[in-house]
Amino acid sequence: MEALLQLAIFFTLLALGYLFGRRAESKHYKSIREREEQLRYLVVLNQRFPPPGMLSHRTDMVTGNVVISVDYFKTVVAGLRNLVGGNLNSYESLLDRARREAILRMQEQAALRGAEAVINLKFETSRIAGNSAKGIGSVEVLAYGTALTHPDK
Amino acid sequence: MLISNIEVIPNMRVVRHLGLVQGSTVRAKHAGKDIMAGFKNIFGGELGAYTELLQESRDEAVARMSEQARAIGANAVINVRFSTSAIAAGASEILAYGTAVEVAETGR
Repeated sequence: MEALLQLAIFFTLLALGYLFGRRAESKHYKSIREREEQLRYLVVLNQRFPPPGMLSHRTDMVTGNVVISVDYFKTVVAGLRNLVGGNLNSYESLLDRARREAILRMQEQAALRGAEAVINLKFETSRIAGNSAKGIGSVEVLAYGTALTHPDK
Repeated sequence: MLISNIEVIPNMRVVRHLGLVQGSTVRAKHAGKDIMAGFKNIFGGELGAYTELLQESRDEAVARMSEQARAIGANAVINVRFSTSAIAAGASEILAYGTAVEVAETGR
């Protein structure tokens, strides 16, 4: 009886994770694509020196960070994947979303200053263990760089 | 105080090099928020409270770093880098470090 109950809880969590996680992910991807389209004019580079023509621009440090959590379904799928090896698609999309979101937030901050470009972009990723000691709970991604603003602005 | 993560700042010249400065914070969110985060691990999605927390601690780390730089007579910190490590469940350390320098504007 007890085993049955545990099984029921497991499947409920799995279904909840699948439903809500799916929906959250597709909504997030939609918003990411829209905002990326809007901010396309703001070039992000990872070179350390300002491109020619922007050598006398003002510099400001801008940052963007985001903490994204996995859902239960993804955790289970990744756990199964671990047995056979290979690409962990469920975690790949999670990190991809987090990175793109962090860049977008950084770009938004730069856009507020009226910047034309962001150079020397660096990423920093860390794991937030949360309650579960094994497996990833949530990931934090930080993107930071130097925004170049025209001196007359 | 000028904080930048590039080494060569346009229109500025480094006149004095003062060495490495750093600032760090260790923070944790209260248990209620941790429980909420536990639920989020089932449904997925962004953890707004943690995003905010980490942003605040990063600002704090940068503030401490610039305080240290000011104390040794610098007016800028260049080549700033961030680093994060989880030291215990629910608590993380945020470190900001950079090179303290004195810069002067180059007339052009």
